[in-house]
Amino acid sequence: MEHYLSLFIRAVFIENMALTFFLGMCTFIAISKKVSTAVGLGIAIIVVLGITTPVSNLIYNGLLREGALAWAGYPEVDLSFLGFLSYIGVVAAIVQILEMFLDKFVPFLYNALGVFLPLITVNCAILGGILMMVERDQTFMESTVFGIGAGAGWAVAIILLAAIREKLKYSDPPEGLRGLGITFVCAGLMATCFMSFGGIDI
Amino acid sequence: MSATPTAKEVLVEPLINNNPITLQVLGICSALAVSISMSKTLVMCAAVIFVTGMSNWAVSLIRNYIPLSIRIIVQMVVIASLVIVVDQVLKAVAYDISKSLSVFVGLIITNCIVMGRAEAFAMSNPPWISFLDGVGTAMGYSLLLIAVALIREPLGAGTLMGYPILPVVANGGWYVPNGMLLLSPSAFFIIAGIIWAVRSWKKNQVEAPTYQIAANIQYKGAM
Repeated sequence: MEHYLSLFIRAVFIENMALTFFLGMCTFIAISKKVSTAVGLGIAIIVVLGITTPVSNLIYNGLLREGALAWAGYPEVDLSFLGFLSYIGVVAAIVQILEMFLDKFVPFLYNALGVFLPLITVNCAILGGILMMVERDQTFMESTVFGIGAGAGWAVAIILLAAIREKLKYSDPPEGLRGLGITFVCAGLMATCFMSFGGIDI
Repeated sequence: MSATPTAKEVLVEPLINNNPITLQVLGICSALAVSISMSKTLVMCAAVIFVTGMSNWAVSLIRNYIPLSIRIIVQMVVIASLVIVVDQVLKAVAYDISKSLSVFVGLIITNCIVMGRAEAFAMSNPPWISFLDGVGTAMGYSLLLIAVALIREPLGAGTLMGYPILPVVANGGWYVPNGMLLLSPSAFFIIAGIIWAVRSWKKNQVEAPTYQIAANIQYKGAM
């Protein structure tokens, strides 16, 4: 239990997806003008990462890795080069299923997340989380905890940035820095702050 | 962009006037992470130019046969296959660099530039011009990435492409390396600086203020 808790804390703070690895930056910068939309997007990311990471883990361990097809009589087959294609397929399919499911059974959540769901397919944070899970050779339980933690970390980061940007529009930066430029500076300062978690060893 | 863009336009426009990173906010993730050293950057740029060009060309070839409702998945499959090719080639030819780029080669799949150009340009233009557009946009991305790496590697580690150019103190030289530049947040500040410089030069890229601050009237009020 302790192992999973530390894995979770590590994924949220120390190895924050957005501010330590810079994954999902495009959406992070583009859709952080309002706190309300940032919250919606953050929740969507947590849900999608929480589902796709363990599913990809099953696919990798059950079908792709070297020797995984031993049960089918092909012990020396190594399909790991098909990884990218299968993971992105999993992400696209799960986002689609999630969209239909929410539309039918949880309409209020669908209305809140609607626009962001298709966008999530191309969010680097999702694929990045999956690829990291594969690289670290995690077990099924670990990958579930890691997926949810990584999503939560990303959500925290985008909500914080949105909160700063809501106030930022009242400031008066030089013309060239207005908008995108000053947002980059803010994100840089936030990333520097998150580095202070880096020394913590759990 | 005009209705029938010429080859020169699609190749040159994205370099500065319509740069994918400073203006369109696309493909920032990898820009920040790999710009730490020049050799990584060059490999990454070559990979992105190849993937963007080829995927634009391929998507444009089949654009009339893709059903609209599943076009995202079709584009994804095209892009993912190309990235697998790049990844396998890198693993065979330059194993060290492919190891140090780790997940970022795979992340070209979700690089917004590739997807964005396939969606915005290749879906409505013939193959050859789409190919050039992909190459041009990826070159705009590369230009910025190389500029950032040119600042980060020499000042952060005193080397360029692994060769020492500024003699660092640890080796008996005079240059004290700025460790901050080797850490990833520095890339944010450098890109912000580049955006500032480009927008001071090209005034039309400046964003309209969302909120106008009233002039200071305190002084008049006191009179």
